[in-house]
Amino acid sequence: MSHHMWHWWIMVAALIVLSVVAVGIGAVSIPPLEVLQAVRGVGEEGVVSIVRNLRLPRVILAALVGAALGMSGGALQGTLRNGLAEPYLLGVSGGAAVGAVIAFAVGATAGGIVAIAAFAGASAAVLLALVVARAAGRGGHGDPRTLLMAGVVIGAFANAVIMIALANASPNTIRGALWWMMGSVADGSWATVGWLTAYVAAGGFALIYWAREIDVLALGDESAAALGVNVETAARRIYLLSAVLAAATVAAAGLIGFVGLVVPHIVRAAGIRHHRPLLIASALVGATLVTGADLVARTVRPPGELPLGAVTAILGIPFFLAQLRRAA
Amino acid sequence: MIAFEGIAVRYHGAGVRALDNVTFRAPAGEVTAVTGPNGSGKSTLVRALLRRQSLEDGRITIDGRDHASMSAIEMARAVAVAPQRENPAFPMRVDEYVALARYPHLGLWQTAALSDAAKVTDAIARAGLEEFAGRRTDELSGGEWQRVRIARALAQGGRALVLDEPTTFLDLSHEMSLFELLDGLATDGMAVLLISHQLNLVARFARNVILLHHGRVVAAGSPADVMQAPLLEKVYEWPLVVSRDPAVGAPSLIPLRRKAPVSHSAPSATPNTLT
Repeated sequence: MSHHMWHWWIMVAALIVLSVVAVGIGAVSIPPLEVLQAVRGVGEEGVVSIVRNLRLPRVILAALVGAALGMSGGALQGTLRNGLAEPYLLGVSGGAAVGAVIAFAVGATAGGIVAIAAFAGASAAVLLALVVARAAGRGGHGDPRTLLMAGVVIGAFANAVIMIALANASPNTIRGALWWMMGSVADGSWATVGWLTAYVAAGGFALIYWAREIDVLALGDESAAALGVNVETAARRIYLLSAVLAAATVAAAGLIGFVGLVVPHIVRAAGIRHHRPLLIASALVGATLVTGADLVARTVRPPGELPLGAVTAILGIPFFLAQLRRAA
Repeated sequence: MIAFEGIAVRYHGAGVRALDNVTFRAPAGEVTAVTGPNGSGKSTLVRALLRRQSLEDGRITIDGRDHASMSAIEMARAVAVAPQRENPAFPMRVDEYVALARYPHLGLWQTAALSDAAKVTDAIARAGLEEFAGRRTDELSGGEWQRVRIARALAQGGRALVLDEPTTFLDLSHEMSLFELLDGLATDGMAVLLISHQLNLVARFARNVILLHHGRVVAAGSPADVMQAPLLEKVYEWPLVVSRDPAVGAPSLIPLRRKAPVSHSAPSATPNTLT
């Protein structure tokens, strides 16, 4: 194996410790041991309630979102053979934003409806990107670059739609849409955690199951074909799974940038290169990054919160710059 | 054995066929070489074999089975192909890279057995890469990288090996050792199909040479049959002579200068004379 066992211990320990700390920090500060007891329902009633009903679902939601974005990014970077690939690339973010903005514009701002609209928008955009790429690809062999460009074009189109929709919208609509686009896990509830867990578990397991295909796809189309992979089928499967994971996170928590881009690079820098361990590690690191970012977002300027997407970007940039230094 | 039976390939929207009625066999126990000028259809042949390009006519068989009826995994187990272009998106260690060759032999969940690891180690040794096993693929020279690709094809196993321009970037000794390696593999019973520009080396090591020109087979047979100066001059559109290599007796091609060589020591001051 190419990586040392202690990498895994550090990743798992970091996520657990950070989660316990994150649950403990807030308007009411709770020491780690009490947090662990409260999770089991032991302790003061108020503390148990804060932990179980408010902070735990929020922390778990952040971890789930980070895990999904990390895996989605890792799978896409390998399949598209491009270190700049990220989960929002295939039109996911643009499509989701269009859906959410339309929901805000028509005043359907109840949490569940915005999530459904965002998910529908993201799904529509991804399907559109696949159709456009297929129509543009010559001779039936889909080139990954064609799909990338189709995603970029659809993202640009989605931006145009958003600008038009918001141009004459009321300040409330604009504010709601803007906050949604900046991403947040503040509304984390057990219901959201429940359905997102289902998506992340199913999508993540499927990606991990097919991870060896990603290893081979990363070599290039001809080499992958020579090693027995049906390149088009395999690539389409990975795109769809990655897009579903990203769309689910967008529906649950809005747009949280940089996680899917930077996390796989951090994992590769630790010497993990085969995609099965890479995806698992990306889930752990992504979960840690978003949990940490959310902790920062809600503690820097209480009782106000910073936009989560901005914090993930600020925390992620040093890692990315370190990567650039290595590559140079 | 790989057999191409009257295959025709036309690229999407192209007027002429990239391959037209190409028939030849790469039998077990022999090195078969396909050669020809740039754009003659050599790499299209590999693309057709990998089913990256569909056949307009004819068929390709592997040990008698129509390759269109084989699954991608069955194909990969029977024939190892090292395509011309390959550049891993992310660097990895040489041994990790060669180990990817075991993909068609492992299920999605199966872990590599000791026998798989042994095949990887053996392939790395046969390609002369032991000291590079722990190096990163982005730290290799062009020649080292070629040998890593060949090691991966060897580790894939199978009864046939197809190499597309494997000697690019190889220096003299590595080029020769590669040909000797291929010769040995053929002697052990493998079908080796080599796509190469290196006519002189091909003439020494290949049992059969197929000369492609504009997508058609213009000559096939022993190196002596194919390496005929008038034919090669026509195909390569360049004056040349074919002699017999005094040391090893194989036909050897020497391209000539079309213009008289310019003397570097005494630049001519005489003006061009128009005739």
